[in-house]
Amino acid sequence: MPLLTPNRFKGKLIVVEGIDGSGKSTQLSLLAQWLRAQGLAVAFSEWNSSPLVRETTRRGKKKQMFTPATFSLIHATDFADRQERFILPMLKAGAIVCADRFAYTAFARDVVRGVSPRWVRNLYSFAIQPNLAFYFRVPLEVALGRILGGRDSIKYYEAGMDLNLSRRIEESFRLFQGQILEQYDAMAEEMGFHIIDATGSIEDQQFQMRKIVMDHLGDAVASGQILHKERTFRANPQTPAVL
Amino acid sequence: MQIPKPLQFYSEPLPGVDTAELQGKLIVIEGPDTVGRSTQITRLRAWLEHQGHAVLDTGMARSALAGRGIAQAKEGNTLGPVTMTLFYATDFADRLENEIVPALRAGFVVLTDRYIFSLMARGLARSEDAAWLEKVAGFALVPHAVYYLRADVSTLVSRVVMGRGSFDFWESGMDMRFGPDMYESYVRYQARVIRALDRMARKYQFTTIDASKPADIIFRELQRNISGLFHTPKKRAVAAKK
Repeated sequence: MPLLTPNRFKGKLIVVEGIDGSGKSTQLSLLAQWLRAQGLAVAFSEWNSSPLVRETTRRGKKKQMFTPATFSLIHATDFADRQERFILPMLKAGAIVCADRFAYTAFARDVVRGVSPRWVRNLYSFAIQPNLAFYFRVPLEVALGRILGGRDSIKYYEAGMDLNLSRRIEESFRLFQGQILEQYDAMAEEMGFHIIDATGSIEDQQFQMRKIVMDHLGDAVASGQILHKERTFRANPQTPAVL
Repeated sequence: MQIPKPLQFYSEPLPGVDTAELQGKLIVIEGPDTVGRSTQITRLRAWLEHQGHAVLDTGMARSALAGRGIAQAKEGNTLGPVTMTLFYATDFADRLENEIVPALRAGFVVLTDRYIFSLMARGLARSEDAAWLEKVAGFALVPHAVYYLRADVSTLVSRVVMGRGSFDFWESGMDMRFGPDMYESYVRYQARVIRALDRMARKYQFTTIDASKPADIIFRELQRNISGLFHTPKKRAVAAKK
């Protein structure tokens, strides 16, 4: 059985991955904005955002009820709901779906939590194979600097406190993210990630992303597969990135 | 009957569980909706407790983590098939780790109203991939016994009509969009669920019990079967003397 489900639809799926503080969300929103500005139909889906399971996730986090298995399953449920109700219809309709985190997040994070790689990969085998997967690779210290400087508090599960790596939340976060980083690096080749050096300038990274998108999706746009207002893909990757 | 000792997982060990510590008995009552499972479980519990066993009874969608969420999701009638399977799997995992395993560790008899088989049957009825479902549920413990209360669709229909008196949206598989008629949808959907359970009966060695019979007769048959899972008090006394 293939790892993921092939995308047989008109639309395209673009996903971004990377540890917290890698800048992937910033880059994806810039990309989505740019694609929209070209007149293309763009849909956006964020990890852990299904309204159907929101309350369950919130309860589990608040009361610290999650085990590695239930943490993994509730995120898969969340993704399934988003795929069934949003991502699939959008792909069928011919939109470019931009997903901030994807099954690869589970492959990295849940495995660090101790669930078997084989089991979690099977869990997500219903997920649509992305047309493009960007991995924002960043050294741990750079990401930590961005996160620890910019936010007032790190949350319990974000820091992997359930793994008892350290009693100090910042230290636990550091160790947890370091292990996730190793998992991402280990799967990068197998999953065909387009690796973006996330230490570069925001503009530079965005330019690389746009170029890769044009190389891969240019034909689909030109042939009218993707819903758009304009007839031609007049995109210029050099259009300045505006936050 | 061969009882695996110690208990085993189907394909995927749960992190942090040592099966050698699990001393209790895991007994599953399976069967389609309205077949009479909960009636039997109530009686079995009283009987087992009378015999001196500590009993935990648990059932689908009753977990502290996901029980409420599933109920709410079902109210919305917008639960997709894969989402449903995974939501129920979350519920099952929570009960397995936080109720069933601790109870087995403490030597309880765990009576469970449905198990992974109903979850899989519902998925199969919705044309999900069998191998996927099996692997998703692979972290379940292999029970000491699975009693499958089997009835055909017409028996179930008469129980719904004579009992609750109305067809339920999900029990009728209305999410499958067979058509607007709840009765017809119920018949088609439950027939699929029964077919799926029948297929599993062989593979997972269910003890099939004819649930079209009166409740008393079913109960006696369950008692007979369950008694066989325990050492008789006589044997135990002899063992103690030695």
